[in-house]
Amino acid sequence: MVTTLDKVDVVTVGVGWTGGIVAAECTKAGLKVRGLERGAKRGTENYGMIHDEFRYGIRYELMQNLSKETITFRNTRKMNALPMRMMGSFLLGENLGGSGTHWNGQNWRFLPYDFQIKTMTDEKYGANKLGPDYLLQDWGITYDELEPYFNKFEYTAGISGEDNNPFWGKRSQPYPTPPMKKTPILKRFEKAATNLGYHPFMMPSANLSESYTNPDGKTIAACQYCGFCERFGCEYGAKTSPEVTVVPTALDSGNYDIRFHSNVVEVMKQGNKVTGVRFFDTVTGEEFIQPAEIVVLTSYVLNNAKLLMVSNIGTMYDPDTGRGTLGRNYCYQILPSATGFFEEQFNTFMGAGALGMTIDDFNGDSFDHSDLDFIHGASLSLTQTGQRPIQFNPVPPDTPAWGAEFKKASIYYYTRSLNIGGQGASMPHKENFMSLDPTYKDAYGVPLLQLTYNFTDQDKALHKYLSDKSSEIMKEMGAKTVVAANPLTDYDIVPYQTTHNTGGTVMGSDPAISVVNNWLQHWDAENLFVVGAGNFAHNSGYNPTGTVGALAYRCAEGIINYSKTGGSLV
Amino acid sequence: MANEKKGVSRRDFMKTTGIATGTLIGGGIIGGLVGYNVNRDKGTNKTTGNQQGNNSAGQTADHPTNVGLKFFTTMTAFNVLSQATERIFPEDDIGPGAIGLGVPYFIDNQLAGAYGMNAKEYMQGPFADGATTQGYQSRLTRGEIFSQGVEKLDEEAKNRFQKGFAELEPEQMDEILTAFQKGEVEMMAVTSDFFFKLLRQATIEGAYADPIYSGNKNMDGWRMKGFPGHQYGYIGQIESEEFQKIEPQSISSMTHS
Repeated sequence: MVTTLDKVDVVTVGVGWTGGIVAAECTKAGLKVRGLERGAKRGTENYGMIHDEFRYGIRYELMQNLSKETITFRNTRKMNALPMRMMGSFLLGENLGGSGTHWNGQNWRFLPYDFQIKTMTDEKYGANKLGPDYLLQDWGITYDELEPYFNKFEYTAGISGEDNNPFWGKRSQPYPTPPMKKTPILKRFEKAATNLGYHPFMMPSANLSESYTNPDGKTIAACQYCGFCERFGCEYGAKTSPEVTVVPTALDSGNYDIRFHSNVVEVMKQGNKVTGVRFFDTVTGEEFIQPAEIVVLTSYVLNNAKLLMVSNIGTMYDPDTGRGTLGRNYCYQILPSATGFFEEQFNTFMGAGALGMTIDDFNGDSFDHSDLDFIHGASLSLTQTGQRPIQFNPVPPDTPAWGAEFKKASIYYYTRSLNIGGQGASMPHKENFMSLDPTYKDAYGVPLLQLTYNFTDQDKALHKYLSDKSSEIMKEMGAKTVVAANPLTDYDIVPYQTTHNTGGTVMGSDPAISVVNNWLQHWDAENLFVVGAGNFAHNSGYNPTGTVGALAYRCAEGIINYSKTGGSLV
Repeated sequence: MANEKKGVSRRDFMKTTGIATGTLIGGGIIGGLVGYNVNRDKGTNKTTGNQQGNNSAGQTADHPTNVGLKFFTTMTAFNVLSQATERIFPEDDIGPGAIGLGVPYFIDNQLAGAYGMNAKEYMQGPFADGATTQGYQSRLTRGEIFSQGVEKLDEEAKNRFQKGFAELEPEQMDEILTAFQKGEVEMMAVTSDFFFKLLRQATIEGAYADPIYSGNKNMDGWRMKGFPGHQYGYIGQIESEEFQKIEPQSISSMTHS
C-alpha cells in the first residue's frame, strides 16, 4: 500500500549542502519545503568521539552502507561491469549533511576559463586541440554571472582566505574571514614556490580562522587544528557544514521539515511536469508518495543521475551515436603529486583539512599550452591536513611493503615526509559516462548506476606535467629524496583517490548537450531542478564544493522565480 | 629448536606455546604467554608499568579477562595469525611488534564483527571474476577469507618445510608470506594476494588503531610513530618550529575521566 502525503511547495531529495541551501533560501522566501533524507539526523553533538581514525577514517562510519546500494564499474564498454563491493576510490557520504559533513573544507571558485572552456580553448589553440573524442563544452553561464552566488556561499560558510592569487576570477568582496595560520611547513612551500617565480597564496578554507556569524545569524567556531577533517565531522562546529549553517537556517523559518530515513526511488512525471517523488521509509519499509509543486534533486552526483534514469526523465547518452545527454560528461579529478622525504622532523600530525598554500601558475589557462598535448592543469598545494598513522605510512622507493624495513621506514618518515598535490582538471570523453546497470540492483530492487570510466591521454599528459612541476617545488623545499607520482595507467576503483565525481546531469545553454539550463532547471520538466557537481560540464583544477555551493544558490533563486512565474526560466 | 640457539625471544616463546597448545587444555597459561605476560627486559611496559594493557579493571593475577578470542576457535590458527602479523610488523629496537601490540587479538575481534561479516559491503550476486581495477569480487566475507588464509598458511608451511607455520624460522615464514603476496598460493574463491593485502592492512590497523579496539597496546604503536592520538587541538603548537613530542591519549579519555 502506498500512502500519499500532503502536497508541499518544494521537496528536495537529500539534505546536504545543495538541499540545505535550497531549503534555506526557499523557506526564507515563504515556500514550504520538505527535505527527504535517506540517512539519519546528526549534528555537532554526535562528533564527540570523532578523534578515532579507525572508526571514521578506516571503517568509514560516516559513509554509505554499500550493502544497500552501490554502483557497478568497468573501465571500458568491452568489459563486464561489476559492483563496487567495497568502498575505495571515492567515499559516498550518508546522513544529514552528506559529503558536506566529511569534507576537508578546501573551498574554491572555478576559473573564468572553466565556464567558457570550449570557446576560449578554440580561440586560442584552434578547434581541434584535443580532438573530437573529447566533449568539451561551455557551461551556459559565465564566471561573472556566477560571481554573486560564489560570494553568497562564501559568506554563508565564512570562508577564510586572502585575495592575492593573480590567476583567479575577480572578487566582488574580500573573504569573510582572514586566512588560517601559516605554519612552518607552509612557509617552506611558500619560500620554495616564490624562489621558482610562482605565486603562492593561502588556500581558501572552510575550517575557519576565527569565529564568524554569517548573514543568516549562524555562528561557525574557530578551528582548533586538531587534524581530523576529511572523513570526520567537526566536534567544534568549526568546519562549515550544512548542519551548522543552512539546515538550522531553514528550520528557523518555520517553513521547513526534514523527513529522515526516506529513500527516494522515483521522480514521478506526467506530461512535461513532475508531480512528486515516491520513497520508502527505511525503518518501517512503508512506501509513500510525496506530491510537490517543485521537485529538486539534491543528492550526490551519482544518485541524482540514477534517479533521473530510473524515472525515465530525459534522454540517455548513447556513446555510439553521441546523442542523448543523461549520463554524459562524467569526469573525475586527476591527482598529480610529488612526495619529499626529509631528514628533519615536522609536526605532520597537526593540521586542518584546508590548511595549505597553493599556486595556480599551472591551473586553467594560466600558462601556454601551445606546445603541450593537454589543456587545463591543476592547482598545486601543500596541505597540512593532519596525518594519521593507519593511513599514512610513507616509505622511500624500493622499501618493502611489509617487514622490518617497512616498519622502520614508515615510522621514521611519518613525521619526515611532505606531499605536494594537485587537484587536476578532468576533461569529458565520449567513452566516460554513466548509465543503468542491467544486472545488479539495490536494496529496493532499483537498478544500480553503472559507471564506465578510464583515464584518457589528456589526463595522463596533464598528470605527468603537473607531477614534474610538483617535484621541482619539492626539491626546492630541500627534500633529500623526491618521488613524483607514478604515471597514470588504467583507472582503478580500489585505492582511495578523491570524492570529486562530476557530470552526468550537465548544465548548458543547448538541450542537445545538457540536461538542465543555467538555472539548473530540467529541459524536459520545468518544475524539476537538478543541482550539484553533476552539473559540471567538466571538472576543474580545484575541489568542487565552492562551485557546487554557488550553483545551489543560483538554483534556489531559479526555484523562487519559477514559483512565481512558471515556465522555462530561459 | 630455535631457542637453543640464541636465548629466548618472544617469537620463540610463541613457537613453544604454539606447540604446547596441542597438549594443554584451557587457555589461561597460553593466553598469558601469547604476547601478554612475557616479561621483557625492554620494550612495551615501561611507560605505564602495567603489563596487562591499558585496562587494569578487566584482569586477574594471571591474565586480562577482557582479552580473548571471539573468532578463531583454535590456538593453532591464532598462533599462525600471530606469527604472520609479527613478520609483517616485527618487534625491533624501536619498540614492540604486532604481537606485543595485541594486533592478533585486534584482528580476531574485528573478524567477529561487522568487518568480518562484510556488513557494509555489497554482497549480492552474480559473482564474477573481474579486472583488478574492479576490486573485491569474492563471494567470501573477510571472516571466511581469513579462516581459509590462515589454514592455507599452515598448509603451505607443512608442504614446504614439514612444520606448522608458527614453528618456522622467520626467513621461512617470509618466504611463504611472499608467495601469498605474489598470488602464488592457490586459494578457493579468492586469491592469495588479496588475502595478504587484507592481512597486511589489518596488521597496520591493529598497530595504530585506538587501544579501545584491543590493538596498539599501551598506545605504544602511537608512541613509536610520534602520533599523539586524541588531543583536543594543536592551535597553541601548530606554528612552532620545533617538533612536538606529545604523550598520546586514547579516545577512551572521553568516557573515563
